[in-house]
Amino acid sequence: MTADLQAASDVLTRQDLLRYYRVMRTVREFEERLHIEFATGEIPGFVHLYAGEEAIAAGVCANLRDDDYIASTHRGHGHAIAKGCDVRGMMAEIYGKATGICRGKGGSMHIADLAVGMLGANGIVGGGPPLVCGVGLKARVTGTDQVAVSFTGDGGSNQGTFLESLNLAAVWNLPTIFVVENNGYAEATSPMFHQAGIEIAKRADGFGLPGAVVDGHDFFAVYEATREAVERARSGGGPSLIECKVLRYYGHFEGDQQTYRDPDEVPDARANKDCLLLFERRVTGDGLVGADELRAIDGEIATLIDEAVAEAKRAPEPALDAVLADVYVSY
Amino acid sequence: MTRKITYQQAINEALAQEMRRDPTVVVFGEDVAGGMGTDQEKDAWGGVLGVTKGLWPEFPDRVLDTPISESAYIGAAAGAASAGLRPVAELMFVDFMGVCFDQIFNQAAKFRYMFGGKAETPMVIRTMYGAGIRAASQHSQSLYPLFTHIPGLKVVLPSTPYDAKGLLIQAIRDNDPVIFFEHKVLYTMQGEVPEEAYVVPFGEAAVVREGDDVTIVALGRMVHMAAEAADTLAAEGVSCEVIDPRTTSPLDEETILESVERTGRLVVVDEAGPRCGMAADIASLVATRAFEFLRAPIRTVTPPHTPVPFSPVLEDVYVPDAACVTEAVRSVTVRQFT
Ligand SMILES: Cc1ncc(C[n+]2csc(CCOP(=O)(O)OP(=O)(O)O)c2C)c(N)n1
Repeated sequence: MTADLQAASDVLTRQDLLRYYRVMRTVREFEERLHIEFATGEIPGFVHLYAGEEAIAAGVCANLRDDDYIASTHRGHGHAIAKGCDVRGMMAEIYGKATGICRGKGGSMHIADLAVGMLGANGIVGGGPPLVCGVGLKARVTGTDQVAVSFTGDGGSNQGTFLESLNLAAVWNLPTIFVVENNGYAEATSPMFHQAGIEIAKRADGFGLPGAVVDGHDFFAVYEATREAVERARSGGGPSLIECKVLRYYGHFEGDQQTYRDPDEVPDARANKDCLLLFERRVTGDGLVGADELRAIDGEIATLIDEAVAEAKRAPEPALDAVLADVYVSY
Repeated sequence: MTRKITYQQAINEALAQEMRRDPTVVVFGEDVAGGMGTDQEKDAWGGVLGVTKGLWPEFPDRVLDTPISESAYIGAAAGAASAGLRPVAELMFVDFMGVCFDQIFNQAAKFRYMFGGKAETPMVIRTMYGAGIRAASQHSQSLYPLFTHIPGLKVVLPSTPYDAKGLLIQAIRDNDPVIFFEHKVLYTMQGEVPEEAYVVPFGEAAVVREGDDVTIVALGRMVHMAAEAADTLAAEGVSCEVIDPRTTSPLDEETILESVERTGRLVVVDEAGPRCGMAADIASLVATRAFEFLRAPIRTVTPPHTPVPFSPVLEDVYVPDAACVTEAVRSVTVRQFT
């Protein structure tokens, strides 16, 4: 048993492991199905898929409570599922239907559910980090031990808001965690052309906060790094930065031909670094759970996603007068 | 030589021709080269919609990808322009302007005036606007009134491929900061465009249709809704004059006022929101300067005062269409002051 799994297995029960596998599998199935359904032309707007990066959302959110918050990115489905958003409502939202989690007003890029601490996917790169500073401030002012996590891409980590938020969180000693998902591209541009410095995690040094680099394909590595950061934040130790190195399996958005990418990159990652594969090898290899238990989960998830897609397609369109609703609070 | 090309090709051609003519023109923005470093591609994206494709191989030193750091690179455009370059910065969607607004409205827009007329800021920000592709509230706005409000900025809204090329060349040669709004739905529109470089001057409206009964002032994509409505109404015996201001700052007030003085009726069609928008501004211009010529109340056609919804059915009721314009024109031809 490797050291981090050793550590994880001290705190993770069999039930936990099955739960986190279920989260990752749900995200994967959700994304693979969207990839297929998007090609039929029935899904409106832009869809940015998270497939390949599941271990990050699952590993981070495994450490969070319902009353903790996350702020997500344009690539937000995985974060939303891991934080507990309703999968059927999310699917209906992506189809723009009245039964959607945001009543069809937001679509893929704006999925949110404050009831489970999901502050929203975000169409604005760098929109999330300042928001989690606000959540951290709320926890400090009202004396709760809530924490808030923002997810940002490698591209987004160059946004002023990201760097300003690191500083603000450090100055105010806020219970916040800045997770960077470094998936190798900002749209079509590799960090070679947009990133100065050695590692994004090193930027934390300049603000005097801890910065860690982890393998974003490895659930246990993400889990451990987040566990440490969450403990620090909850106990008044302030913010942290975690950089997860990972690859995305699909284009920047659905329809992207990915001409900027080495064609071997994704097949290689799928064969050798897939987070589900790595997770399964380790938990079954160590005899913590059986492969048959995982297959049973796979079956349940496949059914759930089938149903979610069918329901979303059947669901009613929003009523036309909804266009004027919810601009302001109504009294 | 004139041939048919798309709005998108017209923009690309304007950039390429100006870069060939003037070595101080530089193009930068997110993914404007995009993936240029990969072995198998000599020219990859050219921006999300390929508008700048082909520029990087020809001008490898003057086409630069930027980090997602809009404050820095839009501000860099202002600084570079002050120092003698002619930067054309691409801000992918105008919705992202919030991130870098200070550099535009407190820096670039103010230099000439604040520095006693001694500064030039010859920069262009090309950006995409408008609803119609199910891109939801943060990628669909028509924010040109915000920029029109700010003295020192020039605001350009081409509605055809011809205007796109001529107005962009003017924008690049212009010595002020220009915000150039490209409607995402118009990129595939074809039209006749001369091969050689030419300019369309700022502050000169295009009279798209001549007519006697009603003046329709329409902006950007809405010019096409207005023209379609004018065709429908012509068949009913109503003669509409359709005016496309092409630039909202400067605004060709004379062409609008002269037309309303002849027709006595005004309908303004705008994709931007109704409050503090162009429709309200143009209606107010006519109400304050040509009231005595009006034979009917002014009508404005705009989306409602809401964010742009995601759901296709809601987005379709949000954006004004030709039927909305037709209905508005009918209402002003029926109601008449005595
Ligand atoms: C302020 C802002 N600038 C630009 C964009 C356009 N845009 C959307 S996603 C993206 C790339 C983001 O890259 P990264 O942060 O690395 O996240 P990834 O897509 O890799 O998950 C860009 C430039 C935007 N949505 N918002």
